[in-house]
Amino acid sequence: MIKHRLHRFKKQITQIILLVTGHWLLVTLCFAQSISSTELINNAKQYDGKIVIYEGEVIGDIMKRGDFAWMNVNDGQNAIGIWVNASLVKDIAHTGSYKSLGDRVEVTGIFNRACIEHGGDLDIHSQAIRKTASGRQVQERLNPGKRNLVIVLLGILCLIWILSLLKRR
Amino acid sequence: MILKPRLEDIKIIGYYLGKIILGLAIAMLVPILIGLAFGEVNPALDFLISIEISLIFGLILTKLCFTPLEKTDKSDRNSLTGFTEKDLNWMQGMIVVSLAWLVAMALGAIPLYLSGHWKSYLDACFDAMSGFATTGLVLVQNLDHISYAHNLWRHLIMFIGGQGIVIVALSFFVKGASGAFKMYVGEARDERILPNVIQTSRFIWLVSIVYLILGTLALSMVGMLNGMKPVNAFFHGACVFMAAFDTGGFAPQSQNILYYHSLAFEVVTITIMILGAINFKLHYHLWTGNRKEIFKNIETTTLFITIMITFAITAVGLTQSGTYPKALMLFRKGFYQLISGHSGTGYQTIYARQFINEWSHLALVGVICAMGLGGAVCSTTGAIKMLRIGIIFKALLEDIKRIILPERAIVVQKFHHIKEIFLEDKQARSALLITLAYLVLYILGAIVGMLFGHPFLNSLFESTSAAANVGLSCGITNADMPNALKLTYIFQMWAGRLEFMSIFTLIGFFVAAIKGK
Repeated sequence: MIKHRLHRFKKQITQIILLVTGHWLLVTLCFAQSISSTELINNAKQYDGKIVIYEGEVIGDIMKRGDFAWMNVNDGQNAIGIWVNASLVKDIAHTGSYKSLGDRVEVTGIFNRACIEHGGDLDIHSQAIRKTASGRQVQERLNPGKRNLVIVLLGILCLIWILSLLKRR
Repeated sequence: MILKPRLEDIKIIGYYLGKIILGLAIAMLVPILIGLAFGEVNPALDFLISIEISLIFGLILTKLCFTPLEKTDKSDRNSLTGFTEKDLNWMQGMIVVSLAWLVAMALGAIPLYLSGHWKSYLDACFDAMSGFATTGLVLVQNLDHISYAHNLWRHLIMFIGGQGIVIVALSFFVKGASGAFKMYVGEARDERILPNVIQTSRFIWLVSIVYLILGTLALSMVGMLNGMKPVNAFFHGACVFMAAFDTGGFAPQSQNILYYHSLAFEVVTITIMILGAINFKLHYHLWTGNRKEIFKNIETTTLFITIMITFAITAVGLTQSGTYPKALMLFRKGFYQLISGHSGTGYQTIYARQFINEWSHLALVGVICAMGLGGAVCSTTGAIKMLRIGIIFKALLEDIKRIILPERAIVVQKFHHIKEIFLEDKQARSALLITLAYLVLYILGAIVGMLFGHPFLNSLFESTSAAANVGLSCGITNADMPNALKLTYIFQMWAGRLEFMSIFTLIGFFVAAIKGK
């Protein structure tokens, strides 16, 4: 009976230790919620070497380097470089530019304040990427206000030119 | 007795100002072509509007202020027609230059503001002045979605400003060499490479264009090898070259040079920044085969020494704070920001807040010193400049020798700048005065920053960066900062780029207009 109780007690203690350790690991190594770029940059030492979730729009070129690639992701505050396995970026169809809104992605990876592998860059080494929203081409429409202003200013310019010709005569 | 400016003075100033505005309007054709090539309709309209406004102002000024020489002036062959222009005197030349930069800022900001990427017209003016003065501080919003046309304009104004707005006009519009020289000096360039100042400005253009082609090709190649699309690699190559050679610091993407994640890109930009920080006169001698000059010239030797000293300070500071765990990382990050600051470029491979959060005070002091010193005279850099530092050091040596040697000894100090030159008191005085003016400008900006609640070192960092036309930022410069601080930095960029004389003349002109008889 005592042996059985002792065994149960040991089991409970082990469970508590596992729970506390798991919670500690979760808190110290991994941040379950998406963290903003400003938070990461301003508190880089706190997040250094930890697993973070970062979400934003893929911008510019995806630059392939061998089996890996650099992808820059902008969360609306700053853009951060993501070092990612090239196979993970195949789904990215749009990257942000003047004529397109880039795909939004959620990156889970290790945050580096000064990456040893990449000459001290502040970056994230991605472990998983999830596309949260698809980008699209932006259809540019002629701004009628600007067009009208061009015409009015052209009229004024012609008037000045004609007046200057008359003055010269 | 102060003499009130005459109507003729105002007309001559207005006439040359009009010509410079017309030149600026022509420059705006380039982004229109790029915009049309990439099918960007609204950005092309932004530039069309800006061209029309510039042409209206330019035409009004040139037509209203046209002052023909009297027909009795037989010395000028053009005067017989009665349609020639009067040459500038020193006062007029200086005022044309100081006003030209303000007008260029106001007009150059129009297409930026129309793009919708700047929160206010003042913000657009800030970036325009930052571009023309080759500073590199930015208030642009959502840069990663800006059009090719506007992005090119941001970098083109750096290229134009780096050569000197007035030099553009000198090269193409101004006939009189005498008046041209006055404007050339007013734009902080007092060295003639060739006997004629117009030939000099054309040589500066030749050097810049040759390097533009080579630099763009090098950066494009690196970009493509790094995985960029060829069109983007070429566009970024051209933009980054213009901003690096003219020691500007704008970049096509919001992450600045960190966007490329490339050591090769950093090496090429360091080379271009150093080329931009060298005196155009030295470029001329290197091009004409006089390669020994680079080892003898007071500017290059001073530059080498100051880079070593300021980097040592920065490296010790970074080691103290343990910011970078490996020596190679420390060198890559520390040396890049230092060269960028010393050359007055302002390219960054770290985020602005990292300076404050991760760099030690000593490392920041190293970078602030480098920014405050600058590159060579007659280059595209700002700040105190190497020739002045070298001269002050030589003058100090001379004084020490005078104290040590017997009273009857004749102490002569020489320095090598293209040729052997005997150091005179007036050279030392002039160098000291300009140095003092820069130091006052750095401190004043820092005080204004502190008035808005920023710590001293942060304020001094940002103020020195603005006044020395560098562009490195520790995070103070952003669109939400107070307008008074934006205006302070605009003034610092303007005064720092023109090296004070033309601005003092402008102030004197206004005082004379009010108090003069």
